[in-house]
Amino acid sequence: MGKDITSALRPAIVMALLFAALLGLGYPLAMTGIGQMLFPAQANGSLVRDDAGRVIGSTVVGQAFVSDRYFDTRPSAAGKGYDGLASSGSNLGPAARPLADRVTADVARYRAAGVAGALPADLVTTSGSGLDPDLSPAAALAQAPRVARVRGLPLGRVTALVERQTRASLLGDPHVNVLALNRALDAMAR
Amino acid sequence: MTFQGWFLILGFTAIVVALAKPIGLWLFALYEGRRTPVHILFAPVERGFYRLAGIDPAQEQGWRRYAVHMLLFNAVLMAFTYAVLRLQAVLPGNPQRLAAVGEHLSFNTAISFTTNTNWQSYGGEGTMSNLSQMLGLTIHNFLSAATGIALAFALFRGFARREAATVGNFWADVTRITLYLLLPLCAVLTIAYIACGVPQTLAGVVDVQTLEGARQSLLLGPVASQEAIKMLGTNGGGFFNANSAHPFENPSALTNLIQMLSIFAIGAGLTWTFGKAVGNTRQGWAILSAMMVLFLAGVTVAYGAEAGGNPVLHELGVAGGNMEGKEVRFGIAASALFSVVTTAASCGAVNAMHDSFTALGGLVPLFNMQLGEIVIGGVGAGIYGFLLFAILAVFVAGLMVGRTPEYVGKKIEAREVKLAVLAIAVLPLMILGLTALSSVLQQGLAGPLNKGPHGFSEILYAFTSAVANNGSAFAGLTASTPYYDGLLGVAMWVGRFFIIVPMLAIAGSLAAKKYTPEGAGSFPTTGALWVGLLIGIILILGGLTFLPSLALGPIADHLAMIRGQLF
Repeated sequence: MGKDITSALRPAIVMALLFAALLGLGYPLAMTGIGQMLFPAQANGSLVRDDAGRVIGSTVVGQAFVSDRYFDTRPSAAGKGYDGLASSGSNLGPAARPLADRVTADVARYRAAGVAGALPADLVTTSGSGLDPDLSPAAALAQAPRVARVRGLPLGRVTALVERQTRASLLGDPHVNVLALNRALDAMAR
Repeated sequence: MTFQGWFLILGFTAIVVALAKPIGLWLFALYEGRRTPVHILFAPVERGFYRLAGIDPAQEQGWRRYAVHMLLFNAVLMAFTYAVLRLQAVLPGNPQRLAAVGEHLSFNTAISFTTNTNWQSYGGEGTMSNLSQMLGLTIHNFLSAATGIALAFALFRGFARREAATVGNFWADVTRITLYLLLPLCAVLTIAYIACGVPQTLAGVVDVQTLEGARQSLLLGPVASQEAIKMLGTNGGGFFNANSAHPFENPSALTNLIQMLSIFAIGAGLTWTFGKAVGNTRQGWAILSAMMVLFLAGVTVAYGAEAGGNPVLHELGVAGGNMEGKEVRFGIAASALFSVVTTAASCGAVNAMHDSFTALGGLVPLFNMQLGEIVIGGVGAGIYGFLLFAILAVFVAGLMVGRTPEYVGKKIEAREVKLAVLAIAVLPLMILGLTALSSVLQQGLAGPLNKGPHGFSEILYAFTSAVANNGSAFAGLTASTPYYDGLLGVAMWVGRFFIIVPMLAIAGSLAAKKYTPEGAGSFPTTGALWVGLLIGIILILGGLTFLPSLALGPIADHLAMIRGQLF
């Protein structure tokens, strides 16, 4: 056993250092170089800019919307909401009172805004990351009457916009990117 | 449950089964030390490494020497990562100017990544610098995976060799697996992830002025390169706190599918490699069949429970399945499927928060880990864990017919059975012992976020995940305390190496045995009867032990949930 340990000492230390250099520096740095060359937009966060060139978000990450003029994103447990430096779910269990209380309050808010019938689950639940960029089509359509009313637009145009922005996939659920939807809404009003 | 959901689940299963042979063949070439097409790229690196480290790759090692070299390598790597984390503040590659990682958190994280657990006591953003992620963590994602596969190779050799004193050379196994399998596959996967929207940059935070004019900061970094090996090596430690639920780690349903396939690819391939190594590929297919039966049973329960939704919320006027803690782009089916894949294998990445699953939906990941993660399992660890159960299954079959049991040409005798029981007993002893301790101590009870039975589930899940080297969590538990960091660290170490050492001893003992050809009285280990027996043994030995603890946690939680009782 003692001989085994002495014989292992040099290979263990040297191999650890060599692999650390190859896998901890060489591999990620080479991948960074290739990624920046082939797909610079995605490699740098798929950022969205406005006409003036200011960064207003990322196509893949969600952001908060509080104004009635915009479609809301889902409730968020990331920091105080959509904190890009504190991704998190609520981690509340199915029979947790804080969960029931939070959902009760959100349901009441949508009822006050005139949403009738059963609410789509994603509209009043927090996502896993707290940065969900999407809504289900049902959750967007439930907000369409309010958005149309506040903006003075015909409801049909707003629902048609939601349908145009819906992305379907066989591998996941149909979804609407809320930032894209709200930008399209602004573009329509002009 | 929807048609689209089942299409995804069954399509996924079909692809995994289809991948088993091609990946198994590749692994078999490495097992035998033969050339692969990527040798052109990395053979000089391999030779250079051996020369600098003074290694002769052709020198065979007995199981003891193999074990000592493996353990020492892992100990050095662990110390290295501990140093990187503690020195974070003075090292470069730290655009956020983060402080050093604390003592107990560094201890826990170094063990966590060395043991292929990747339990995250820390939130990725705000704790780990880019250099720490690359040099401290990514290296383990490769090397803990390569170690697992190397150990599986050693056990395969135990079954395959006749009257031999050795089980291979640890350094040759680890180096070849890393250079000729993991690294090239990860390079391809990284580029695919970047194309789909996963960042890969050395920059830090980007400031955003949102459409409404509010401020938002987005954290970027070398995410894609870590994501690739995080899944392929069944590691699971995310760049971000929210892991694969974070849109930068897993931006679309397509990346989600690639991630799930990455988790299962090598583990499924190893079942084929095993069959080939022992000279009968049907042995491998029998193992994969048993795994897939257990897998699909788990998916059915989890998907059913999550699609059924939470009656507490239905009462409040909310329709549909349980979306708390899930991302819309994945939806219920892809989230439930991911949770089963990640815990069947010893990955531990999550694309939805398991803590917020319905009680029965959360029971499935927990149960998967308690079975010992042998449904595909961690790379290497899954198949050697499964073979321990196979040894017990032939032993039980032997008792029933009154013959000395044999498996793939080797007699299974008292020594192997004792060692297998020793290895398997680590799981219940550690999981239940530490959970019980933490359920009475003040330091333990301070952890859970949720009250009532769900709080107990959080503790049980943490120790199950640590001992089984999974790394997923009921993340409401506050684990970054000296108590949990310390105890979970010990649990991870014991859960990995106290299984590995008896397993290697079995490999050594089997290698020394004569070949026993299959006779008329042998119990056939390829047909449906064998698959059924295996599943039975796994459920009875692995599962029954934990039933009382599950009754106190998720089952009590379920009964409360359907009665609308809140905590």
